[in-house]
Amino acid sequence: MDVIVGGGVVGLSIAWRLARSGRAVTVVDPAPASGASHAAAGMLAPVSEVTYTEEPLLRLGIAALRRWPAFAADLTADAALPPGRTGAHPSGPTAAGAPLPSGGASLGGPPAGSGSAARAGGASGPAVSGPGKASSHGGAAVDPFGGLPLLGGVPAEGRDVLDLRSDGTLDVAFGGDDLAALGELAAFMEKLGLPVERLTGRECRRLEPMLAPSVRGGLLAPGDAWVDPRRVTAALLVALERRGVPLVRERVAGLSREGGRVTGVRLESGEEIFGERVVLAAGAWSAGLADVPVRPVKGQIMRLRSPEPLLGRCVRGMVHGTPVYLVPRGDGELVVGATQEELGFDTRVTAGGLYELLRDARELVPGVTELEVADVVAGLRPGTPDNLPIIGPGSAPGLVLATGHFRGGVLMAPLTAAILQGEEGDLASLCSPARFRDIS
Amino acid sequence: MDDLIIAGEKFSSRLIMGTGGAPSLEVLDQALAASGTELTTVAMRRLDPAARGSVLDVLRERGIKVLPNTAGCFTAGDAVLTARLAREALGTSWVKLEVIADERTLLPDPIETFDAAERLVADGFTVLPYIGDDPALARRLEQAGCAAVMPLGAPIGSGLGIRNPHNIELIVEAAGVPVILDAGIGTASDAALAMELGCDAVLLATAVTRAQRPDLMAAAMREAVRAGRMARQAGRIPRRRYAEASSPLTP
Repeated sequence: MDVIVGGGVVGLSIAWRLARSGRAVTVVDPAPASGASHAAAGMLAPVSEVTYTEEPLLRLGIAALRRWPAFAADLTADAALPPGRTGAHPSGPTAAGAPLPSGGASLGGPPAGSGSAARAGGASGPAVSGPGKASSHGGAAVDPFGGLPLLGGVPAEGRDVLDLRSDGTLDVAFGGDDLAALGELAAFMEKLGLPVERLTGRECRRLEPMLAPSVRGGLLAPGDAWVDPRRVTAALLVALERRGVPLVRERVAGLSREGGRVTGVRLESGEEIFGERVVLAAGAWSAGLADVPVRPVKGQIMRLRSPEPLLGRCVRGMVHGTPVYLVPRGDGELVVGATQEELGFDTRVTAGGLYELLRDARELVPGVTELEVADVVAGLRPGTPDNLPIIGPGSAPGLVLATGHFRGGVLMAPLTAAILQGEEGDLASLCSPARFRDIS
Repeated sequence: MDDLIIAGEKFSSRLIMGTGGAPSLEVLDQALAASGTELTTVAMRRLDPAARGSVLDVLRERGIKVLPNTAGCFTAGDAVLTARLAREALGTSWVKLEVIADERTLLPDPIETFDAAERLVADGFTVLPYIGDDPALARRLEQAGCAAVMPLGAPIGSGLGIRNPHNIELIVEAAGVPVILDAGIGTASDAALAMELGCDAVLLATAVTRAQRPDLMAAAMREAVRAGRMARQAGRIPRRRYAEASSPLTP
């Protein structure tokens, strides 16, 4: 059996992938899907995020993006399986969200606390959407949360339950300076053979009419995509439950060792769980359990809500030298992110953080000020010295590392799971823990 | 090259680095190493000095002295508070004082800067204020007890080089404390020019951290600062109009 430490998008993806291949796994996390995965915007945008010195990250990101459609299809199908042996939950429409083992993460409903976070009707019944109005995204009136297939087994027409969309990222520039910088970036991207299109200001606004009139030009990365990470983790939790994977809701206090070998984990309660392998996927908290160069990088992020989607694709830009992005969801949610702060394990949402997000978002899309504030959170990205994840065997036998995904956990989750299955040897070497000498 | 001395402390490198804008800590680390810097400034707002693995650890690992700065402050009050928190957290009384007038230009606010400098000097700080290229203000700050003055070459991050070399010369001429050219450096020749004008050191960040190859640009800056310093000390020849038709060929 494998013990997966960490129930974020990375840990859950690994557990699911292992369970699908027939391996026994246990996931340990005191609050699954509540950390960085809960905060993340879910941009799957390796092309528009590329910067100088980061070509290795680009290679990983492109490979990860390629895996997403199949990952999403398999996950959606798996989460729609009939309940497994462990699926005997009370079926009443309780506020605890009993049909789902997902804690605060609701399947596509509004964030916990801002509405109905629970699904009524039990695991086999039809999903009940949240209180939001149906949007008309894509032309057809559909279930705003596209939630039907997950539990009902009937695919909602034209909508992916994970809100996986691939309409590209538009990187916009305002002043002449920003435009020149964008031009240089475009040249760099073209040199790398990336498919990007340079657009004039008017072309940008034809694509996105809500953009500020002062937009001077833009760069469209048509292949970039995005997904709703909260739906992904919720689906993963359902899929794991369907496959009978135990989820231990406790904090891991430390690794159990015997000789030089890692043999399992020690819970805060004192109990131990033994496994042939321990996969450390604890994100920013990984450094507390093994000697890995992972540090928390705080990100404050805001979710706004409008009756109609304001944007058709992800929009990003530089404002006063800080990057800001806006990610639209099919249900009218608009994610505005994110600050980048080196404050240790601090997850306070601050006045300055929110002010700057809104100030910058308003420069790009003035209409954001009219939207409802649905959710503000701060998450901790697991940063590494070179911004690349740490995936592969730790130096102690029995320990496997899958951490340090920094800003790319959602994007990289399918790739990470594949690497741990022995695939993608070439890319795996980029993520090898061996590149840091002091890995335990 | 002769040592740089600020407030009695010696540095063999005359290149002071900033950390902003680096894509990753590793890239920053390599750039710092290539720059040969011994003093590097770090923005203290929204940085927890106790957090593991942050930029401060990179500097500690390299044995580079940390110069906390008050970037992001708009009032003397904010700056003084930030400086005090930094002193408490890092155990250094050095501070690069930076009080910004507006977000668009990021130009320093001279009045708030002077106000904060007076208060910080009175509080025992070693104050290195970031200012416009204003000789009068530079002189007043020196009189107020600042350990150095840091006039800009051009706005932060602009890479426009030294827009008013004449003012920088005037500041250098009058200064009894080190003059550190801060902000505006775009490429190596800008840094060399600052030193040729008589500056004692150059502070830069973006020119390196946002370059396509930061480590290479850092090495270039290191050489440029050395070259500029040596040229200053060597004494340049007077400028002449070589092509003027007043040659000794006429009989």
